[in-house]
Amino acid sequence: MSDTTARAIPDRLESRWTTWLKSWEMLLVGVVVFVFAVNAYASPYFLNAWNLSDATFNFTEKAMIAMAMALLIIAGEIDLSVAAIIALASTLMGLALQYGAGTPELVMIGLGVGLLCGAFNGLLVTGLGLPSIVVTIGTMSLFRGIAYIILGDKAFTGYPVDFAFFGQGYVWWVISFELVLFLFIALIFGVLLHATYFGRMVYAIGNNATGALFSGIRVARVKFILFLLTGLMSGVAAVCLTSRLGSTRPSIAFAWELEVVTMVVLGGVSILGGSGSIPGVVLAALIMGLVTFGFGLANVPGIVMSIFIGMLLIGVIAAPIVWRRLRGESAN
Amino acid sequence: MLNSASPAIAQHASPSATQPLLTLDGVSKSFPGVRALSEVALDLYPGTVTALVGENGAGKSTLVKILTGIYQPDEGTITLAGEPVSFSTAYDAARAGITAIHQETVLFDELSVAENIYLGHAPRGPFGLIDWKRMNKDAAALLRRVGADIDPEARLRGLGIASKHLVAIARALSVEARIVIMDEPTAALSHKEINELYELVERLKAEGKAILFISHKFDEIFRIADRYTVFRDGECVGAGLIADTSHDELVHLMVGRSVDKIFPKTEAEIGEKVFTVSGYSHPTEFADIGFELRRGEILGFYGLVGAGRSELMQALFGITRPSRGAVRIDGEVAVIRSPAEAIRRGIVYVPEERGSQGAIAGLPIFQNVTLPSLGKTTRAGFLKLAEEFRLAREYTSRLELRAAALDRDIATLSGGNQQKVVIAKWLATKPKVIILDEPTKGIDIGSKAAVHEFMSELASEGLSIIMVSSEIPEVLGMADRVIVMREGRIVGEFAREGLDAETLVRAAAGIDKVQS
Repeated sequence: MSDTTARAIPDRLESRWTTWLKSWEMLLVGVVVFVFAVNAYASPYFLNAWNLSDATFNFTEKAMIAMAMALLIIAGEIDLSVAAIIALASTLMGLALQYGAGTPELVMIGLGVGLLCGAFNGLLVTGLGLPSIVVTIGTMSLFRGIAYIILGDKAFTGYPVDFAFFGQGYVWWVISFELVLFLFIALIFGVLLHATYFGRMVYAIGNNATGALFSGIRVARVKFILFLLTGLMSGVAAVCLTSRLGSTRPSIAFAWELEVVTMVVLGGVSILGGSGSIPGVVLAALIMGLVTFGFGLANVPGIVMSIFIGMLLIGVIAAPIVWRRLRGESAN
Repeated sequence: MLNSASPAIAQHASPSATQPLLTLDGVSKSFPGVRALSEVALDLYPGTVTALVGENGAGKSTLVKILTGIYQPDEGTITLAGEPVSFSTAYDAARAGITAIHQETVLFDELSVAENIYLGHAPRGPFGLIDWKRMNKDAAALLRRVGADIDPEARLRGLGIASKHLVAIARALSVEARIVIMDEPTAALSHKEINELYELVERLKAEGKAILFISHKFDEIFRIADRYTVFRDGECVGAGLIADTSHDELVHLMVGRSVDKIFPKTEAEIGEKVFTVSGYSHPTEFADIGFELRRGEILGFYGLVGAGRSELMQALFGITRPSRGAVRIDGEVAVIRSPAEAIRRGIVYVPEERGSQGAIAGLPIFQNVTLPSLGKTTRAGFLKLAEEFRLAREYTSRLELRAAALDRDIATLSGGNQQKVVIAKWLATKPKVIILDEPTKGIDIGSKAAVHEFMSELASEGLSIIMVSSEIPEVLGMADRVIVMREGRIVGEFAREGLDAETLVRAAAGIDKVQS
């Protein structure tokens, strides 16, 4: 006989602690430890504070963009023009340098170009209702194309000495400014996604944009803000990278968009939108940085690294789908 | 009666139907954590309509999936025309002559009607190429058979919902089926189309097909079914001839208790004017809409599918813009440009499309409830989870939600319980006016009663309710006043006293001149 009295419904079936232990993030923590151990075993140069510090530069700039990209992908959109935004921002910074811009102006230009490019993407997607993958493939060519027209096969060099701090400076001992900046950005985005009204709207939109609209969420406005943030983070990355390299070529940050997306997806963000977390993406950034560094120490050529990134991207997108299918079949 | 699990009945009205065409015996199916079907039995006879009734979650869908080869049973036997069979794929079931017309039919907008009908089994010419001439000719013949006046070469995109449904039925008949499963076939159809569907069912019966008819609508079951089988919690709890049973008995079997009142609208004190709409028009969907709504009142909107009711409600909620007209709330003119503004003004809308517009699958139950009220459960933009759980618990418990935990994905709930969450979500915003668009469409009878009871309760607390419904008993039972719409205009307004089904149907179909 069915029980017709309404039973009290518990808030949770299991504690948050248990949920966390079973999470993708926990698996990533394991991978970090594993990669770290393998590297330490394989190379005598790995366990050295300065070498490890150098290793962080492999991911900090990309990971800054990945923070914003994670929110964008969770909301069901994507921005493939991020690397091209770096190229355009860096080129315009170099151009301003030729007219005598100082460090504060350079930073403003870098961030400003990022914001403007983000706004342009956002307007095309939310204003005209175009799919973001098409829009940003277009702007990817557009932004980098402008950089090529301005620079040709030349390079801008001669950035001011104090400008070098953003990409080459250290805050304390081996702790670089970039690393601190990245951790700060990660903290901001983590709080934004996981503890605020805004973050909840991002998840709602990613799971069901129509339902979110019917729930009174201003979907277009939230998406526009996410494109702005992604553009801004690309601008921040452009400042850091230009400062670190000390020069600008139009091919700067070439194909970074793939590594950023791979980082986000490896971090557990569903490529279909709706789920994922910032701690996951931070761990994924760490893994990719450690793997790149390990390959470097082992003298693995760059092209192998690129093959590895490609396989990783396919692998992490396929893994959850294959996993679900296997579980589905075991139910039959 | 409760124990009569064996559906084998010695006598039968129709002489052609003494031997069952298809027999299921002792069929069970389990999923991790759930026993979806437990030793169920079912007989389908040629030339006979067997109604399968049961609440949502009773195992009807699982049974359909077993019959169509999508799931394989864990145990039990299926016998088709005396031969034991097993379907390991959907293709096997189709080849054995079992076809299903689903609740939400999957068709292809960009293909022609004929292509939709014959997708996967198109007639072939030389070199294995599609024989277009024959396909279009055969499709036209099939469409005539289902009584649809549709050009087989037309693109599906241009057709209305009802026509698409008929195409789906034609598709089901295009494979020479012996057994036709209809899963809530009338859910999306208007009154006239439903009657046409009944005629079609009669024709299929006459052709000797065995029909399994799944429906939540009792009048429908009693009108066209010959036999019934009742499922409850994965078990077969009764079967027999429709002629030997009654509404009450079926309800009793389904819910395991008697539901004396499905539509329990209680008298509520009707107060002052809350919501006034005048001269409200849209370029294409509706024109010159004017009505008022008072405190504690339930205003019903009846009409055929496509009469513009949902479109009107969505404009009032700020999803689309009207071209003309004004809305007043408590006497003040309100311009509503977005759902966010409507919610702030105290107008909320529970949409008809629960899956795509109401529930946000992927988010936990409590987050679904608090989504439009996050302004209240956040401080300076920061979430307060304890507060969210409290709010979600308060409103879901009022609706007697049944769920494992509030942090479970809303998609894990049955349709009826999802609807409770969606209604709870809107009540948590403390609205003045709640618009319910087909509030009980496709939900089980127990949840239905809970929703109706709750509507009465809300009205008596002073909330104003607009209820869009195509179910006449619901409209007659629940509404204090009924507005009938046809082709985007209001064609009649009726008080509850002395209102009958015929008056509503005539007004909606435009059969008589209606005095309002």
